[in-house]
Amino acid sequence: MKKTIRIFTVLIFAFLYIPILLLVFGSFTSGSDLSSFHSLTLTNYSELFADRVLLPLLKNSLILAVVSSLIATALGTLAAIGIQALSPKLRSAVMSVTNIPMTNPDIVTGVSLALLFAFVGQAMKTEIRLGFATLLIAHITFNLPYVILSVLPKLRQMDPTLRDAALDLGCRPMQAFFKVTIYEILPGIVSGLIMAFTMSLDDFVISYFVYGPEFVTLPVEIYNYVKKPLPPKIYALFTLMFFAILVMMLLMNLIQGKDDKRRKLSLASLRPVRRT
Amino acid sequence: MKNKALSLPYLLWMLFFTLAPLAVVVYFALTDRNGAFTLENIFAIRGFLPIFANSVFLALIASLICLAIGYPVAYYMSRVSPTKQRMLMMLVMLPMCMSFLLRTMALVALLNDTGIINQLLGLIGIGPLPLIRNNGAVVFGMVYNFLPYVILPLYSVMVKIDPRLIEAAQDLGCDSRQIFSKVVLPLSKSGVISGFTMVFVPAVSTFYISKKLGGTNTALIGDVIEAQFKNSATFNSGAAIALALMVLVLFCVFVMNHFTEDEDGDEVMLL
Repeated sequence: MKKTIRIFTVLIFAFLYIPILLLVFGSFTSGSDLSSFHSLTLTNYSELFADRVLLPLLKNSLILAVVSSLIATALGTLAAIGIQALSPKLRSAVMSVTNIPMTNPDIVTGVSLALLFAFVGQAMKTEIRLGFATLLIAHITFNLPYVILSVLPKLRQMDPTLRDAALDLGCRPMQAFFKVTIYEILPGIVSGLIMAFTMSLDDFVISYFVYGPEFVTLPVEIYNYVKKPLPPKIYALFTLMFFAILVMMLLMNLIQGKDDKRRKLSLASLRPVRRT
Repeated sequence: MKNKALSLPYLLWMLFFTLAPLAVVVYFALTDRNGAFTLENIFAIRGFLPIFANSVFLALIASLICLAIGYPVAYYMSRVSPTKQRMLMMLVMLPMCMSFLLRTMALVALLNDTGIINQLLGLIGIGPLPLIRNNGAVVFGMVYNFLPYVILPLYSVMVKIDPRLIEAAQDLGCDSRQIFSKVVLPLSKSGVISGFTMVFVPAVSTFYISKKLGGTNTALIGDVIEAQFKNSATFNSGAAIALALMVLVLFCVFVMNHFTEDEDGDEVMLL
């Protein structure tokens, strides 16, 4: 029984990765058609590095992802601390609002923000130019719930006596936060940040409705290639991003592993004196 | 506590950029081009009912297939060593971070009439089979794209199931089928519900997958909304359809959540 499930799992992972491997393989072959094999080559990579269109778009995507994930992380971490201090009733009300962008289909979120910008433009009798600012607002909005949902459980797991101890020892609340709390919730903040960054980097649906011609992101551009054949250098870019994200995830994995071990140790030593 | 005030900037942000936009959608749905009140956009939705039905139908099938496939995978993942669990988690999440547009392109290259699968089938004298531009291909694309979304919540619930419960069931004479139906399934119900919604919602609203893998008669509701906003700029009727989609999705989520009652629902979504 266990063996069958194991073979099944391997097959499903193969199913998930075959298209990805096909794209990676495509980056090393000539010709843009993934289904026909021509010859092995590295020209896609040299073309990519000499490219004047895709790389600036990648830069746009990266700038947007960095700025939006940093703002969302700062705002979201503060929000999580605030939400934790709310009364249970208020907290669940706030959490339902937090869940809206996560439950709503992306297309509805995108459309609703596009309409908001159109509406505000109408009301102020000027046209709101879609571009970096509108994209940034949209990305922060859909990133915030992920940050909050990854910081909140860390706050809940944290032993409240640690902060109390810091306050007893003469820390002001701000100091207690920067000397104690932040270290306890850091893994949550980091994983929220990374999640927000990758979500933002890869977002297409929401960006598609709020981007403007002066600031185009990579996924939007890839979508616009629907009409024309994809240049194979895109596969080269995909491959590079694949390995970059792989490395990032391995790092995240390492951090999490350490955190889990540390928590096990500290819980083991704290449990006898822990009060709830 | 002063801490409460820390959530204020966030609450304002959500007010302006989550709640206000939804109000604006309602406003556009209920007005005409000149801003006068009308119910015409809402009535016009009737014309799109067949497309709504098709979207719901395909998304439902895709969600059920995802559950059927994802369940054993998540179960396997939850029973291996912690290090292996983290590695497998990473492998599930990695495709979620990669451009789904390009991965769908790769599916096209696999399924096309002259694609890789048909080439392979041709070698043994079968085909070419019509693997693309039909509803089946759209469901295939949905399953491929959204499978990780069902594995993650299922895994996070199953990993909490105490292995001793399964051992106890074994000791008490359950066979593996009974263990599944009497222990594992009831304890993972909230994961099933949340996994289902996490596939159903993006699947019912997708527009790229149907565009690349579907045929001319497989337009989904997402395609309609996209066309209203991008091709014809008919914001008002587009808003009405988006509103209808949102109501549909919220209704489904509400119904699904009803099944779980209040067993720490918000933690299921977490990784």
